[in-house]
Amino acid sequence: MSSAVDNGVRVASLAGAACFVLGLHLMNSPATARRGNQLSAFGMAVAVIAIIVSVSDGATMDAGRWGVLIAGAAVGAAAGLYSARSVKMTAMPQLVSLFNAVGGGAAALIAIADYFHDTHPSAGNATATALDVIIGGVTFSGSLIAAAKLQGYWSGSISFPGGRVVSALCALAAVGAGIWVIAGAHSELVLLIVIVAALGIGVLMVLPIGGADMPVVISLLNAFTGTAVAMAGFVLENATLTIAGALVGASGGILTKLMADAMNRSVLSIMAGGFGTGATGVDLGAGGSGGSVKAIAADDVALQLAYASKVIIVPGYGLAAAQAQHEIRELATLLEERGVEVSYAIHPVAGRMPGHMNVLLAEANVPYDQLREMDDVNPEFDRTDVALVVGANDVTNPAARRPGNAVSGMPILDVDHARSIIVIKRSMASGYAGIDNELYGDAKTSMFFSDAKKGLATLVQATKQLVG
Amino acid sequence: MTNGFVGDLTVFVLALLVGFEVISKVPATLHTPLMSGANSIHGVVLVGVVILSSFVTGALGYVLTFIAAAFAAANVVGGYAVTDRMLQMFRKRPVPVTKEGDR
Repeated sequence: MSSAVDNGVRVASLAGAACFVLGLHLMNSPATARRGNQLSAFGMAVAVIAIIVSVSDGATMDAGRWGVLIAGAAVGAAAGLYSARSVKMTAMPQLVSLFNAVGGGAAALIAIADYFHDTHPSAGNATATALDVIIGGVTFSGSLIAAAKLQGYWSGSISFPGGRVVSALCALAAVGAGIWVIAGAHSELVLLIVIVAALGIGVLMVLPIGGADMPVVISLLNAFTGTAVAMAGFVLENATLTIAGALVGASGGILTKLMADAMNRSVLSIMAGGFGTGATGVDLGAGGSGGSVKAIAADDVALQLAYASKVIIVPGYGLAAAQAQHEIRELATLLEERGVEVSYAIHPVAGRMPGHMNVLLAEANVPYDQLREMDDVNPEFDRTDVALVVGANDVTNPAARRPGNAVSGMPILDVDHARSIIVIKRSMASGYAGIDNELYGDAKTSMFFSDAKKGLATLVQATKQLVG
Repeated sequence: MTNGFVGDLTVFVLALLVGFEVISKVPATLHTPLMSGANSIHGVVLVGVVILSSFVTGALGYVLTFIAAAFAAANVVGGYAVTDRMLQMFRKRPVPVTKEGDR
């Protein structure tokens, strides 16, 4: 390769990496985020063109190699573009999981192909190869299982007898064969053991995880993919891959921690599966919320809302599951036209991936300055006339402030501080944590028993008739 | 070779720290686009696949390259497209709400 081209390629790759960092930086405000993403995409184009120039300049590309590369990329690009255009916003977590899977898979494939090619790697290179195959493999199979779960092929936690033993065996096999690779073994069989064991770990890791823990799992898998791509950068000695992979690893790591904190759980206990080990079945005491629940009719809800001066809407996953984001926005608009101050209080884990609820509401044309984060909005419940809870449960349970139950210590929205609370809910069934919500027994709380979508549509009608 | 490895490690650790610094400022409102945007960034693995294609040999090498290229391209193209689609939905108040235009 001529050194002029080589230097040009290096500078272009650096520019690409800088665009990634600046693009992520612009993501810190909704006003600039779109530009940030476009800048990042521009950086990507620069990095890809640079590498194409670089390999064309070398003498190794022939028609066959170009053909394979271009054909593969064309198929992938078409599939990616189609799914990106057609996906529904409620299905976003599945799509992100799928992109995670293919990213991790591609990173692992790079290490696998390189292993066959480079028969005498350095110790550093061999270490990166082993790590890339393991992490990439785990991400690939784990993300596919996560996507299938999110798609609803099956839900909840799946465990089978001996599952942990098999997991442990897979982990042992992966580590053992991995060390063998690092020690300089060059056999297809050893690599095959690493691949199969890694795929097994991914499947067994995600299968037992329950639906409400999905935001944590997706974040963790995202961090894994980033790390796998960084490892591919080590294998190929390419700094662009290493930088980009590290950025994604950091992003996934931060989100994993935020999500786990928002549920007051450790990542390890989530990976171990099951909720609130040992705490289920603890009597809440204080009478529970059994007999004192008060039901309310649609007209009364409409009246309360229409004559309030400040309303906070608390949407949860139930709202997304019922696809009721457009109805809630219609109701909010009606109220705003009457001069009611409306905002949305959004818990960090509302939805099936970090920040999911915000996207759903943005899709329904809710302006982003009405979307309020938990710490920001909590002090305002004291001055709120009506808190309208739709499809959220555990994240509003005041029991979280006391020790000794399944939600203890979980940060919650201070819905019970509002002057009046209306909960739209299909039944008294408990939330994911499996305990009663004390909020429902509060004297200020009224229950409007209905499906979120139908209930909100009824409320829109009632509000229009009563005050419109 | 060893020098190269240590150099890569340096870059990796520094990039990790930059990532933590930049990303910890992103508000919860944007966590989904952030994750999806980060997802597109790891589509940079396409660069790795291009490098890979320049030295693979044999049928197995070509098959692996083809699959990796498809995976990486789906990741990068789909990731940026879907992130952009999401971000264009984030609008400020006052949107002059045209009721007929509602979906």
